[in-house]
Amino acid sequence: MVFEKLKAIIADHMDCAEEDITRETTFASLGIDSLDTVEMVMELEEELGMEIELEEKVETVGALADYIESKRG
Amino acid sequence: MNRVVITGVGAVTPVGNSVQSMWESLLAGRHGIGPITKFDCTDYKAKLAAEVKDFNPLEYMEKSESRRMDLYSQYGMAAACQAVKDSGIEGKVDSERFGVYFGSGIGGIQTFLNESEKMLKSGPRRVSPFFIPMMISNMAAGLIAIRFQAKGPCIDVTTACATGSTALGEAFRAVRHGYADVILAGGSEAAITTIGVAGFTNMTALSLSTDPDSASLPFDKRRSGFVMGEGAGALVVEEYEHARLRGAKIYAEVIGYGSTCDAHHMTAPDPEAKSSAKAIADALGECGDEKIYINAHGTGTPLNDVAETAAIKLALGDKISQTVVSSTKSMTGHMLGAAGAVEAIISALALDTGMVPPTVGLLEPDPDCDLDYVPCRARRVDAKIALSVSLGFGGHNACIGLRRMENE
Repeated sequence: MVFEKLKAIIADHMDCAEEDITRETTFASLGIDSLDTVEMVMELEEELGMEIELEEKVETVGALADYIESKRG
Repeated sequence: MNRVVITGVGAVTPVGNSVQSMWESLLAGRHGIGPITKFDCTDYKAKLAAEVKDFNPLEYMEKSESRRMDLYSQYGMAAACQAVKDSGIEGKVDSERFGVYFGSGIGGIQTFLNESEKMLKSGPRRVSPFFIPMMISNMAAGLIAIRFQAKGPCIDVTTACATGSTALGEAFRAVRHGYADVILAGGSEAAITTIGVAGFTNMTALSLSTDPDSASLPFDKRRSGFVMGEGAGALVVEEYEHARLRGAKIYAEVIGYGSTCDAHHMTAPDPEAKSSAKAIADALGECGDEKIYINAHGTGTPLNDVAETAAIKLALGDKISQTVVSSTKSMTGHMLGAAGAVEAIISALALDTGMVPPTVGLLEPDPDCDLDYVPCRARRVDAKIALSVSLGFGGHNACIGLRRMENE
């Protein structure tokens, strides 16, 4: 569920197709930098109604989705 | 010392989103002033602005890039792309010898407003990570350097309404003294926002006219303030031999730059006009009996136009009889930090084409403004020298001197 939302946000921000984003896609390959990541996480916070503290660096879209999923409890 | 020439120009303006379309409008005497469309101005005293029309940032950048640029940077990038393309400089200059001197009078004020609202409504956690990089006024320069891999000197100039001229003048000096071979110089502005209009209105700087045809009236007895404009201008400033060896089209030679301060008042010009006159005289340097065109600051505020007329007379002395003056702000409105750059382009084109754009709407001369302002209609003038004058809040006076490039 988080992965689907994340994919939609990334596609919107980076002007790319959702189909091109898989769990294994890296942020670097999409040209996403740390500022983009913070902004997208902020949008997810709004959508999920929770606060997300990114404590560790994540490389792939799947890893970020799993991380947020785990924090939802 | 090196000779310095202009080899590329680009502009996004209220009278055209390219240099060519702008020039056609200016010669036809078509202004770009109309009702404010960017926000609902029902509660505002000022009703008119000179807005840029039909600007599409995606002609110059990816959508993902445009999201992280304030409009002022988008305008700046667009003008820079046009100027670089026009000059053919890409791939013809060492990266380390290529600089960017690009400013903005205000910077990303719409971004500031958006993020302030988020902060007040939802707290500090909701402020965008792009707030600072989008808002700061040096970011257009930084982004232009990234786009064209210009790794020489890169600075942002902020001298209010003189920004574009100061950036160009400082670029001229840097190339003249050998710190770079090529500098992309200019300025941009996108301040037609709620708080921008409110602020300038309460300074009593803006025209409150509701008639677009008689709102921006430089040097006219009826003038009551300026009309806010927006946009960007960019010029490729190049060392002459560098330009000649690559067979570049040369618009004009930059022959002088004057930079002084009134040191008088935050916003009002010094009525004695000695400092502004000195900036103009410094830019002109030595000159014979050639015809001179002055693109005036000419904002249409009661104070500016009288003080500037006095400055021009003081600087030119008996050469005033070989001089014509016009204010293209009568058509573009006041593009603030972009004004000096765009007006330097207009001055170069006046030399290059032998045509001087008019001061439109000038129907009722003011006895205190008694120069030849080329009223209403463009005029063929065989000018050899052009001066572009900018006078900014803070007392900043900047003037650029250009000379027509003869075939050598």
